Amino acid sequence: MRKALGLAAFAAVLACGGANAQQVNVKIGVLSDMSSLYADIGGPGSVAAAKLAIADFTKDHPNVKVEMISGDHQNKPDIGSQIANQWYDVDKVDMIIDVPNSGVALAVSQIANQKNKIFIVSGAAASTLTGEKCNANTVHWTYDTWMLANGTGKAMVKTGGDTWFFLTADYAFGHALETDTAAVVEKNGGKVLGKVRHPLNTNDFSSFLLQAQSSKAKVIGLANAGGDTINSIKQAAEFGIVKGGQSLAGLLVFASDVAALGLPTAQGLVLTETWYWDANDANRAWTKRWHEAGAAAGKFPTMIHAGVYAGITHYLKARLAMGPGEHDGKSVVAKMKSIPTDDPLFGKGEVRADGRVIHPAYLFEVKKPSESKYPGDFYKTRATIPANEAFRPLNEGKCPLVSG
Amino acid sequence: MIEIFGIPSQALFGQLLIGLINGSFYALLSLGLAVIFGMLNIINFSHGAQYMMGAFAAYLILQYSGLGYWPALIIAPIIVGITGIVVERVFLQWLYKLDHLYGLLLTFGLALIFEGVARNYFGSAGLPYTVPESLQGGRNLGFMFLPNYRAWVIVASLAICIGTWFIIERTRLGAYLRAATENPTLVRAFGINVPRMITLTYGFGVALAAFAGVMAAPIYNVSPQMGSELIIVVFAVVVIGGMGSILGAIITGFGLGVVEGLTKVFFPEASNTVIFVIMAIVLLVRPAGLFGRRA
Amino acid sequence: MERVVDPLTRKPSTLRTYSEAIGFAVLVGLLVIAPFVTYPLFLMQAMCFALFACAFNLLIGYVGLLSFGHALYFGWASYLSAYAAKAWGFSPELAILTGTATGAVCGLVAGSLAIRRQGIYFAMITLALAQMMYFFALQAKFTGGEDGIQGVPRGRLFGLIDLHNDMAMYALVLVVFLGGFLFIYRIIHSPFGDVLKAIRENETRAISLGYKTDRYKLVAFVLSSTLAGLAGATKAIVLQLASLTDVNWPMSGEVVLMTLVGGLGTIFGPVVGAFVILVMQFKLAPIGEWVLVIQGAIFVACVLLFRRGIIGEIANKLRIRL
Repeated sequence: MRKALGLAAFAAVLACGGANAQQVNVKIGVLSDMSSLYADIGGPGSVAAAKLAIADFTKDHPNVKVEMISGDHQNKPDIGSQIANQWYDVDKVDMIIDVPNSGVALAVSQIANQKNKIFIVSGAAASTLTGEKCNANTVHWTYDTWMLANGTGKAMVKTGGDTWFFLTADYAFGHALETDTAAVVEKNGGKVLGKVRHPLNTNDFSSFLLQAQSSKAKVIGLANAGGDTINSIKQAAEFGIVKGGQSLAGLLVFASDVAALGLPTAQGLVLTETWYWDANDANRAWTKRWHEAGAAAGKFPTMIHAGVYAGITHYLKARLAMGPGEHDGKSVVAKMKSIPTDDPLFGKGEVRADGRVIHPAYLFEVKKPSESKYPGDFYKTRATIPANEAFRPLNEGKCPLVSG
Repeated sequence: MIEIFGIPSQALFGQLLIGLINGSFYALLSLGLAVIFGMLNIINFSHGAQYMMGAFAAYLILQYSGLGYWPALIIAPIIVGITGIVVERVFLQWLYKLDHLYGLLLTFGLALIFEGVARNYFGSAGLPYTVPESLQGGRNLGFMFLPNYRAWVIVASLAICIGTWFIIERTRLGAYLRAATENPTLVRAFGINVPRMITLTYGFGVALAAFAGVMAAPIYNVSPQMGSELIIVVFAVVVIGGMGSILGAIITGFGLGVVEGLTKVFFPEASNTVIFVIMAIVLLVRPAGLFGRRA
Repeated sequence: MERVVDPLTRKPSTLRTYSEAIGFAVLVGLLVIAPFVTYPLFLMQAMCFALFACAFNLLIGYVGLLSFGHALYFGWASYLSAYAAKAWGFSPELAILTGTATGAVCGLVAGSLAIRRQGIYFAMITLALAQMMYFFALQAKFTGGEDGIQGVPRGRLFGLIDLHNDMAMYALVLVVFLGGFLFIYRIIHSPFGDVLKAIRENETRAISLGYKTDRYKLVAFVLSSTLAGLAGATKAIVLQLASLTDVNWPMSGEVVLMTLVGGLGTIFGPVVGAFVILVMQFKLAPIGEWVLVIQGAIFVACVLLFRRGIIGEIANKLRIRL
């Protein structure tokens, strides 16, 4: 009897849809790096993407009221953790999204779990967020280190790049990227000829590149990120590495890095991303609206920004389906896992039991300057990796939520 | 092939040459710092930011006037040097009577401002700048492939370093400058405009940093944080060489470049700590630095 | 007939004599009321940084030594405290003690190396040592590298009081902060403290009077590093994490900024400075892009115009000691 009544009420809410159904109120916090290293890949662009997602959703569902605030964690776990605590406790934020920087993301994930709220990661890469450190309040969108290693590694080996030399940033992230990629390379029949570990934030890579050159490996894997990757690629061009027949595989490269390098230097670079602004008309149209929502002119959205949009859209979908009133984090996330994801940017996918969102990934190659017709025309697609292959299999992650 | 410590001699010579090239970079950067401290007793913590401004100026010159690398090598240092002069007149001149450390703190604050503004307008990822056509490519030396641009870096750095040393140590202008640092009142009594000399010297030191920035633009990522990453290392170089000594800065710069290069071969993970270890040791054994004049 | 009061024998006003005590009473009063008005977690973090700044100020304000690598003690104490609580299962007070001891040991080693030089060379050695320890933290396994040590348990104080309750934690932090603060006050207003001030004014004269200044400087250095360690260890338990940010040189720069803004060489200056800078960091979140520029501008303004800092200017205007 009670169940029937509940179902009827639920149906009534859905049926009313637009005009005068009960209000669903949510508050979202966009926590990103607004002022330092990751301000380009996340930052104000993520806030713009969030505004778009909220505007689009509330247009179709006027009974949903969404408040949004944003904050700058400045890449410091202390500040990120302080803001997250304050937002959840005092400002009544229901869901925090973005957070580039794995250190901060891990901290916020813990806090969301403690306070039973929701955290959707779009910016950070640590695959432990859906592995050993997974919890029922965290959803990981867009990418992670396993997907990057697997995407680029497997695809390169299959297209002939079967001997590898690694240039690795000497810290946990670099090591993880290197180990994951080496495993994929060897599983697919390739061989790792050698590696060299460079300190984080190295300026000059000439001596490391010299070692890579003399190894004669077909592929030089760059297990580093940010400024290190840009410097490695820039100097590799100087030393004529690509001209000499070796390929460069960037294991963590964003479109903004390619913009920083310029096409003459970056041409031929192979990388994996899950979203590209120029891939189709829908993405191009979205990018135009992204600029109108306040993103800086001349910059192009990255997959992280797309992840913020998709994440918020899916969250609001799930939240709407649960009806008005208070709902704790775990149940909303459970709802998100029960509805398949489908948004204009990432297409169809799902949120897995460990919090990992599965969607297709793409292997891109950076165009030659002659092939690029307009600013931002960076990539040509070399391969599409289907969603179920792109991410680490559920049973390999050691996530406590996935028993067995 | 002869092997030295397990590394083929060919590879070793290649790494040594690279170390020398990097050393020439360090020398060029620390030259400006040494001039400013040696002549003016100012610890210019904004040196890294001014290096960054030089690289950015080169980029902007290319964007807005189409002038490439070679004109930028002259124009950028002049522009940034002028900002240096403004900084000295507006901020630094009030601090000469105070403890050194206030100068350090002020220039530290200025460095934050420069970096923050650059980041706001240009983002943090970086800006593209390529090696000029005339210097692209390289030649195979047998034991390694030497890009032409790197060869140019050594030549240019050596030229500027030796030129600066010569001006300061061997010309009359340099003599006035050195005298003015030791005893400004007396030198003023001789009718020499000491404040103006100080201002111009600071501007010159800043221009040297900017010059290094333009040299760096084609090979290192042109980003707002490029200076802050380098400044600590450069300070270590200057301190090891002796804070007042121009020759010390030059020799130490080249020397440390070679040491760092060798560390990258034998023990790459430690290559960014080795300079600090050396600095701590030198400071304990010879507090004035290897070539320093005052303790 | 008019009574002329001889200025030399005139009793100083109550304000002047008891200015520091009054200031302390105000401080305690504010801190006791504050958690009911403002978010306690923020206040706890501010108190940890205030203690850190006070420890730093002990060296620069009262001995005249600028340490440019104070993050070393703060950060490593934070790491050891976090590790002790998480991996070794120490109760919070033991974890904090572990961290504080780390600060002391690091300070002893670093101090004995750095004390041998003065002025800018001293600052450079402290910076070099801090950088070396930063790179070590980056690569060591137990620090968690870029990710840091996360999920540090708050535990039960003395096995009895559950510190997950924010108010209980606040009480502990308040006690630690006030304890550290009073300890510093005691150091400054003691014969030992007088010798330190003499060294700051004129070290050669102090030596000529027979004081072994190196020994005094080393003791002051270790005291400063121990208290900085106490601050870091407590912060690790409060925020339940320890990260690379705590050992990196911008952190060293931040503590200099806090002390400068508050007032070098004043007792309350670093406390006020820490609170001001932290409030700025959080309130500026909406205009996040300008944080760096504003911090730089404050540095410049302080050095040029407000060299005495907030408390220093107030003390100067009212002609009292703060």
